[in-house]
Amino acid sequence: MDLSTTEATPSADERLAVDSVLGPPESGWFGGTRTALDGHVAIGGTALARSRRNLLLPALHAVQERVGSIGPAALGYLCTRLDLPPAEAFGVASAYALFTFEPGPPVVVHVCDDVACLAASGGDPAEELARRHGPAGSGTTVTWRPSPCLGHCEHGSAALVQVAGEHGGRGTLAPFAAGDMDRLASLGPGLELAELPVPLALVPQAGAEDTRLLRRVGRVDPSSLDAYRAAGGYQGLRRALELGPAGVIAELKDAKLLGRGGAAFPTGAKWEAVARNPVRPHYFVANADESEPGTFKDRVLLDHDPYALVEALTVAGVTTGAQKGFVYLRGEYPVAAARLEHAAAEARKRGLLGEDVMGSGIGFDLEVRRGAGAYIAGEETALFNSIEGRRPEPRNKPPYPVDRGLFDKPTGVNNVETLLSVLEVLSMGGSGYAALGTPDSTGTRLFCVSGRVARRGLYEVPMGTALGALLDLAGGVAEGRPLRAVLLGGAAGSFVGPDELDLPLSFEGARAAGTTLGSGVMVVLDDTVDMTAFVGRVARFFRDESCGQCVPCRIGTQRQEEVLGRLAAGRPIGSIADELAILDDVDQVMRDASICGLGQTASSVVMSAVRRGLVATGAGAGNGRRP
Amino acid sequence: MNTVAPAPAPVALRRSVELTVDGDPVIAPEGTTILQACRARGIEVPTLCYLETLAPVNVCRVCVVEVDGSRALVPSCSRPVAAGMVVRTDSERVRTSRRMVLELLASSVDLSTAGSDVHRWIEQYGARPERHGPAARAADRDHAHAGHHEAPAVGAAATVAQPVKRDNDQYVRDYAKCILCYKCVEACGEEAQNTFAIAVAGRGFDARISTEFDAALPDSACVYCGNCIGVCPTGALMFVSEHDLRARGDWDESRQEVTRTVCPYCGVGCNLELHVQDNRIVKVTSPLDHDVTSGNLCVKGRFGFEFAQE
Amino acid sequence: MFGAGGGTSSYEEIEQTDLVVLWGSNAREAHPIFFHHLLKGLRRGAKMYVVDPRRTTSAQWADVWLGIDVGSDIALANAVAREIIHAGLVNTEFVRRATSGFEEYAASVEPFTLAEGERLTRVPGDLIADLAHDYGRAGRAQLCWTLGITEHHTATDNVLALCNLALLTGHVGRFGSGLVPLRGQNNVQGGGDMGALPNKFPGFQDVADDAVRARFEARWGVAVPRGPGWHLAQMFDAIERTELRALYVLGENPAQSEADKHRTVRLLGELDHLVVQDIFLTKTAQLADVVLPAAVASFESEGTVTSSERRVQRLRPARRPPGEARDDIDIICEVARRLGHDWGQPSAEEVWDECRSLSPMHAGMRYDRLEAMGGIQWPCPTEDHPGTQFLHARLWEEDPAERGAAAPFSPVEFEPPLDELSDEFPVRLTTGRRLDSFNTGVQTGGYASPLRRPETLDLSPEDMAGLGVAEGETVQVSSRRGSITVPVHLDRSLRPGLAFMTLHFPDQAETNVLTLDSWDPKSGTAEFKATAVRVERLPGALEAQAVPA
Repeated sequence: MDLSTTEATPSADERLAVDSVLGPPESGWFGGTRTALDGHVAIGGTALARSRRNLLLPALHAVQERVGSIGPAALGYLCTRLDLPPAEAFGVASAYALFTFEPGPPVVVHVCDDVACLAASGGDPAEELARRHGPAGSGTTVTWRPSPCLGHCEHGSAALVQVAGEHGGRGTLAPFAAGDMDRLASLGPGLELAELPVPLALVPQAGAEDTRLLRRVGRVDPSSLDAYRAAGGYQGLRRALELGPAGVIAELKDAKLLGRGGAAFPTGAKWEAVARNPVRPHYFVANADESEPGTFKDRVLLDHDPYALVEALTVAGVTTGAQKGFVYLRGEYPVAAARLEHAAAEARKRGLLGEDVMGSGIGFDLEVRRGAGAYIAGEETALFNSIEGRRPEPRNKPPYPVDRGLFDKPTGVNNVETLLSVLEVLSMGGSGYAALGTPDSTGTRLFCVSGRVARRGLYEVPMGTALGALLDLAGGVAEGRPLRAVLLGGAAGSFVGPDELDLPLSFEGARAAGTTLGSGVMVVLDDTVDMTAFVGRVARFFRDESCGQCVPCRIGTQRQEEVLGRLAAGRPIGSIADELAILDDVDQVMRDASICGLGQTASSVVMSAVRRGLVATGAGAGNGRRP
Repeated sequence: MNTVAPAPAPVALRRSVELTVDGDPVIAPEGTTILQACRARGIEVPTLCYLETLAPVNVCRVCVVEVDGSRALVPSCSRPVAAGMVVRTDSERVRTSRRMVLELLASSVDLSTAGSDVHRWIEQYGARPERHGPAARAADRDHAHAGHHEAPAVGAAATVAQPVKRDNDQYVRDYAKCILCYKCVEACGEEAQNTFAIAVAGRGFDARISTEFDAALPDSACVYCGNCIGVCPTGALMFVSEHDLRARGDWDESRQEVTRTVCPYCGVGCNLELHVQDNRIVKVTSPLDHDVTSGNLCVKGRFGFEFAQE
Repeated sequence: MFGAGGGTSSYEEIEQTDLVVLWGSNAREAHPIFFHHLLKGLRRGAKMYVVDPRRTTSAQWADVWLGIDVGSDIALANAVAREIIHAGLVNTEFVRRATSGFEEYAASVEPFTLAEGERLTRVPGDLIADLAHDYGRAGRAQLCWTLGITEHHTATDNVLALCNLALLTGHVGRFGSGLVPLRGQNNVQGGGDMGALPNKFPGFQDVADDAVRARFEARWGVAVPRGPGWHLAQMFDAIERTELRALYVLGENPAQSEADKHRTVRLLGELDHLVVQDIFLTKTAQLADVVLPAAVASFESEGTVTSSERRVQRLRPARRPPGEARDDIDIICEVARRLGHDWGQPSAEEVWDECRSLSPMHAGMRYDRLEAMGGIQWPCPTEDHPGTQFLHARLWEEDPAERGAAAPFSPVEFEPPLDELSDEFPVRLTTGRRLDSFNTGVQTGGYASPLRRPETLDLSPEDMAGLGVAEGETVQVSSRRGSITVPVHLDRSLRPGLAFMTLHFPDQAETNVLTLDSWDPKSGTAEFKATAVRVERLPGALEAQAVPA
């Protein structure tokens, strides 16, 4: 198109970063050196540009990692390469928290201050960090910034370390203590990411016979395809190829497998709708953009059992007629990214991915795409936009993804736990799987248990297990203190009281209790937790993570946070009742009129807390903090 | 469009579907939207981000209606009618959401030059923007970074207030008046001009219309077609001619006549609407309902009238 | 095309086509709203080739840009034709039934092999073949052009070369397939419609046709000469021969718009009497004996204009004209009255109704219908006729009687531009428009365009480096006819040896001092697009800083 880009010349590093993703320039018209032939020929066009736009996010990552920020010259060069308007590219890039646009310190430490860590550690790490290292964003070589949940909740604290440079990238420290920041600051740009220890996975049940999804975690070498196969890996794909698509779908229906992403949609029906759609090509996406505060199950599975997702996505592809799959992985999971890439490469070498999967004559391959710090990108249609190189804004539904999903083509999308459960269905048979759990919620379910609990970690229990039983499995409330509440389902979930421990952890059980299992979050809260700060953090999370597209969520999340701030400060406008009326109205418009699930649930925790008297309203309910 | 020679019919004869709107049976052609069906019945449904020449983006959510069987309310501007659909346009839920959408906007955006309908709806639905508190101090919205968030000032309502942008001879951009309806982005982008000089940047409450890195328009891709201004519903985007007459208190639509004619420049035949006040052309727009332009013009048609003024 | 002087298609069709070939047209800047329709087609999935020496803003949207050497259009068209024939992509059924002269045409293009096409155009032969194959295979294809085709001494042959391609493949007379010349002014089509051609009455009726002439003579009550008049270039030749002694110029500015400006001004000065009717005191008006100030048609007059899709639309007065300026009809009738013919004071609608009574293709276009329908596309023969979306559907009729006369192929010879490049004049200067300006700038000079920058000689980065000139440095540009000074501007859309100027700022840089006034003998268009020039640094210019290539 007739682009207008900056005249600024990109630096060698900026070019190298972009070219590392896009390859060398195709011609003098698209970023290369002008040749005599360029004087008479240019190959471009809208179709070509459309087909390449999905490389925007990977290229932005490359620039951010190598240069430390995305400046006008880099963006201009990237846009010339992709034939993409700079305003559009800037609009996309600026929707993600991990991209920056002005030069800054080469090392940025994103420190989790979200609800699970807040509950576990009893306070906000920002105060101490600011005292020792200056305000967020300050410093010349190393700086820190507060971060939403980094998915290491079982450690009670975590930091994501971003290093810019030729070998730049991201690493994680969990647990993370303020002293770690001192160490990072002293290393400065000399910091070698490879030397950061891989955070452990805390799986208290490890080795237990009755775990299924967790049975390889911590026991099987995540880098070895042979080890994976020796532990039963790729039996599922073999079985799927034997059964054929109709057979697999029949098993999924027999298994009554419901999606673990939150909506509990029947997996068999979804796969069947994609498989039957006559429009081609089909795509299948594994949603690994785990960003729900308090959730870390995908990270544990992908860090420690990456082949399972590669296999499961391959099963999904060959069953639904998709020859191309994507794993959309949240950008804060560098270990998972590396291990998944490695697993996919190994599988490709052995003919388990590629043009002829396991000798079946069926082709399937996958790509790992990384998010860049946007909770909303986990919403399935926002996720498609993110892969496509557009702003991660949810689309209006209908049309649904099975009709028009990724690249507007029929697309299946499941979260990691659902896909891995498919392997269990194939292993046990549909009816065998259905025998697990409850009649309406079959199989097992993963729970991310964090907060004020004796043994934080990832647990797997049959559907229908009582909340109290799971709490017992985790050793009960830390230090034997009284239970105040459990946040179930994540930031989009709600609180359950100590009087509800017999709640069965099943879809129907949660529904009957007016709550949700969500992403399997269980943040245990005792009387030490500052509930006002806790609920305020949830409100801040939604205000930060709203994409801003629709009015109810864009302004509603802002107003909700403001009301909570006034209530916490004891400075209501008008009466407390007036303030609660605002919360109620904002809740209604966000639930009823927001485009997507984020907006529709952005008031869920706040309203749950208000109704249960868990936050200070000035109307008598204390904040419950230990004196 | 007219034809005598056989042309493949672009639209097959459409079937009709029957639905219920506010208790009454309504027949509407298949593929039309709930909004179109309502308007055909004379039922007023407020809209802000909708424009008949643009594909619906359904972001403002003021047009929501209740549809039986749908958990959330449904944007009428984009949802096609379906046989047997039961629609309520005036239920308590609908009124609450519309009131709150209007209230949230009015509490954060300067709507002083928005169309009179907007003010009527605010009144009609009982929006109370003042209950969110006095306006907070204006923030530097152009450099807001996703995820870098400071706690809101206690007792004040954040707004989108910011300084007026005037960096060229033809446009004034006053984003304190922007409701983020996306129309300008659509008109500058794929729906019409395909220049893509502006896009939505940032996210959440900090989301805003921006060029790359907030570059001034003369340093951007802007070609001054004015099509963004043509679709702006709140006066956030305004021609300098109108802006300055308003600033002087001389803008008076009651003294203006609008005449449709054909552009004096190239041979495409774009229709112009000349807004003339006191025998001076004060603004040029283009009719939405003419299939040559669909409301769009180029810089010459939009601004190239000065040669005819004394 | 094939006897009717207008584009065959409608804007809607380019939204619905499969292939767009934009040939010698920078519609993105010269016809921006037409380009909106074109972009809808691209967004729907149409493929686009752009043929243009420059990689213009339009060409930047192309799937394939073919950067031919200036003036090699016929070589390219003939090579495309030969490839279509050799690849078996001729629509043989259409050619057999609806055309004539195929054999002769095929023989005429036979020498234009891909290699020969590449040699003459400098575009790789495989891309010429791609264009041929895509055009030959497309379900629907629109071939559009503007002045890049017609401002050559071979203007008419260039157009015929493109028409031949449409006939070869049947890309005419069907919805979505057609030939689209884009008009540069809001009523250049209407001028032709109304008979402002040396050999036509309104409605493209031939003055040599006795029956037609008889109808006009009966209506007007005067005898009309049987022979054709002169076109513009012929008029200037006639002035030179002192055959033409008086000129009445309406709304034209030949003193600035004609090629070889020095000669034009000299000849205007040699007239016995020059009358100029215009809204501006143009350079031409300044030479006039009498100036008749006119109202601005689009803003101050009632009337009609015809667009590039043959759509007749109404103009309406929005404001009162300034001072003594009067409506064109008033002025003409007053002139007639003073010459002894009282035509009364007809309204625009009455004049139009007279036209409708004489021009069958306009007969159904009542003012109230034009109003209600947002304009009507000709032909519209009756008052219940909806107008015509595309022309030449008859060529596809089964019945030979309805199909009518066959459309003839027109073999055309390739001739390079007259103004040859040489060691003395090694740079090819071509001309064109910018988005925010119009023709000689008299209308667009009046508004504050944020895009406007003064006239420059645009050069490739390589040529700027070769000359050692910096952005904005003033250079001397010389052709075989004259020499001007102008600042240079770096333009990456240009290749080495190709330079570009507009015609928008004649007061600042008289581009037409350089251009050649050799005109196409068939159409009278001058070769503005191909001038041989030499670019030199001015003596004493500061040593330029290195220019990044």
